[in-house]
Amino acid sequence: MFGFLKKKDETEKVDAVSENADAFPLASGFVSAPADAPSGESNKPSWRDRLKAGLAKTRTTLNTPVSELFTRAKIDDELLEDLESILLMADCGVDATQWLLAELKARVKRDRIESPTALRATLAELLTTMLQPLEEPLLITEHKPFIIMIAGVNGAGKTTSIGKLAKYFQSQGKSVLLAAGDTFRAAAREQLTAWGERNNVTVIAQESGDPAAVVFDAISAARARNIDIVLADTAGRLPTQLNLMEEIAKVRRVIQKADPSGPHEVLLVLDANIGQNAIQQVKAFDKSINVTGLVVTKLDGTAKGGVLAAIARQCPKPVRFIGVGEGIDDLQPFRAVEYVDAIFETGQ
Amino acid sequence: MEFTLRSDAFFVAIRRIHSFANDPTTMLDNLTQRLASVVKNLRGQARLTEDNISDMLREVRMALLEADVALPVVKDFIAKVKERALGQEVIGSLTPGQALVGVVHRELADLMGGQINGLNLATQPPAIILMAGLQGAGKTTTTGKLGKWLKERQKKKILAVSCDVYRPAAIEQLKAVSAQAGIDFFPSTSDQKPADIAAAALLHAKNHYYDVLFVDTAGRLAIDDVLMAEIRQLHAQLQPIETLFVVDAMLGQDAVNTAKAFNDALPLTGIILTKLDGDSRGGAALSVRHVTGKPLKFAGVGEKLTGLEEFHPERMASRILGMGDILGLVEDAQRGVDQDKAQAFAKKLKSGKGFDLNDFKEQIGQVRNMGGLGSLLDKLPAQFGALAQQAGGQVEDKAIRRIEGIINSMTPTERTKPELIKASRKRRIATGAGVPVQEVNRLLNQFEQTQKMMKQFTKGGMSKMMRGMKGLMGGMGGGGGFPGLPR
Repeated sequence: MFGFLKKKDETEKVDAVSENADAFPLASGFVSAPADAPSGESNKPSWRDRLKAGLAKTRTTLNTPVSELFTRAKIDDELLEDLESILLMADCGVDATQWLLAELKARVKRDRIESPTALRATLAELLTTMLQPLEEPLLITEHKPFIIMIAGVNGAGKTTSIGKLAKYFQSQGKSVLLAAGDTFRAAAREQLTAWGERNNVTVIAQESGDPAAVVFDAISAARARNIDIVLADTAGRLPTQLNLMEEIAKVRRVIQKADPSGPHEVLLVLDANIGQNAIQQVKAFDKSINVTGLVVTKLDGTAKGGVLAAIARQCPKPVRFIGVGEGIDDLQPFRAVEYVDAIFETGQ
Repeated sequence: MEFTLRSDAFFVAIRRIHSFANDPTTMLDNLTQRLASVVKNLRGQARLTEDNISDMLREVRMALLEADVALPVVKDFIAKVKERALGQEVIGSLTPGQALVGVVHRELADLMGGQINGLNLATQPPAIILMAGLQGAGKTTTTGKLGKWLKERQKKKILAVSCDVYRPAAIEQLKAVSAQAGIDFFPSTSDQKPADIAAAALLHAKNHYYDVLFVDTAGRLAIDDVLMAEIRQLHAQLQPIETLFVVDAMLGQDAVNTAKAFNDALPLTGIILTKLDGDSRGGAALSVRHVTGKPLKFAGVGEKLTGLEEFHPERMASRILGMGDILGLVEDAQRGVDQDKAQAFAKKLKSGKGFDLNDFKEQIGQVRNMGGLGSLLDKLPAQFGALAQQAGGQVEDKAIRRIEGIINSMTPTERTKPELIKASRKRRIATGAGVPVQEVNRLLNQFEQTQKMMKQFTKGGMSKMMRGMKGLMGGMGGGGGFPGLPR
């Protein structure tokens, strides 16, 4: 599954990433993790395999096997239309799809591309180039505590992602503290507390009340206990609920009050099943809390999360992690090449 | 910031909407407008033919894709619309663009409606309702909403049980939601098997003469064979009269795959659309309906347990086409305004008594009752909403609360005779409300302006506003808006 890494290792791009990574101990953990993985995880389906499996389902719906698309004799309008379908069905959106196809047609003319296989490679390359800027792992700086604020719409998977993040940071040898800032939803606090128990992590929670106050308390507690990372949960909210958007802006302001350099990372959790509304979500949350990174969840289903292509065009934000399963380890760094492969690969 | 405290931002917004409605050039993004521009390019061609209609259909296709209707569904739909459009309706029309939108709208509404909805409870009690869906779709919240709905409107005795033994605290969540909804909760623990929990709950429901038993389940992916087998088994065991598929209105293209997989695995009886209070266009509604053929029964709006509406196919069609939910806005307005109070207020104004700060506060309260400015703006068509927001700057519900706070810090005499308020009273009021004196000044200025505005209304108040909004709808229908749309 990581064959592409070997190939790509020769290219400058990946070299740059690993150099970068060496400078930051945590990030090197990210980058090296996949390289070590095959031994431990070889019997477990990778997220790419799962994505592929999902794609197989799409193919049956479409009745147009993707592999067949590219074994056709020549490039014709029908083939281009089928390519358009793949992109649209992956939630890339009308705008990004049209842009990609226009580019592709220009390339076909310029480079005299004739075989459908070359066409496929060109489209994959275009999409990869488009998504590459989003591939930027989260770097934990020296700052202590490193405050990470987590936001998103209802049901995006914020609390679950926090659990996984806590586990991930712990495995990096960091101490973690969770702030139960979702004071609204029934049993949200209990859910986080349960995760905390499983991970052996302290959770700061209050009976009810102001989320900003809970987060403030958590930061003070983290300082007192010399904790490395604070993960601040917030209640799910739709961007149309202006009062709740104002509330979350306040949480951010209060974090700044508790620590003028914070929050050091503001993660927006996006559900891969969501369609074009994800763009509105990124824009709205960015406006109120300055989003610095994305976590894309539920990529283990049949959804491709192609809306990332639209996000890359309209409101680019680094994708820090992708969620590929319910297991506590199923949170991984985003890699544009793997991701595009999963959208196009035929799953031999 | 200057504008944030303007309580009359709402009035400004409404006035603006009036002017927008009269000025069709502001409706740039609307499908009708886009189609009209296509039609312009057809100049010289007297009528639509199969050839030149394809450009228009392409615009329709884009609008649907942008609204997240799944591609296979869009293709089927376009084929159907094309057939209809080539018939008499569009070809003969002088305004083919509008006529086509009419056809599209009607076809959308027909596809999503046309069946008697509501829940079927006609069985030997307890009527079992099984909830199914993806993670984070809103199953538990919806269970609470439906329970409250049935309890309050149909006076049913209701029991809810959670078979979600996987997600931490899922059972506690249903327990808390049930308590809020005022329905009974059957306890379970995460070390039990879902089948055992369901059996125990059913027995309890039978022994205690419950009318309805809600069985909430864990969120699951359609490709998770183990969990899908589990819910199939639950279904076989319980034989529920309603098996509801709870689906997020924001879902993208994959909605078709998910819906198909759930529909294949379970004999679904209905669909509930959640998170419709967001700004997604909700194309998933059409996808899911198309794939499953099952009726869309309810729509979830908002996190409060009262946030449940019967599904309205026409409104959903308008929303998918980006036309906004004007009907919903008017309904909100009617619900928020106390008609008696409005009439008493009108009488008061008529009788020559002035508009005072008590009335001002009352009006602000009415805006709040309607769910705040934010929720009002959502109901507007996308382009109006954006413009109205600009007009209001940062329209904040918080600002409204602040104004109420300032007025609450005044004595009754001051509220009826605001001219009494001079420097020292202002200081006292500001201290009482915890705001700087400038804000009290600003409020008094705004009050004065609103007072002037109110004098212009002979009949006054929100009831006038409401008629204004209804007029707006009429204006849109007649004034080159969307003729031929079903109301």
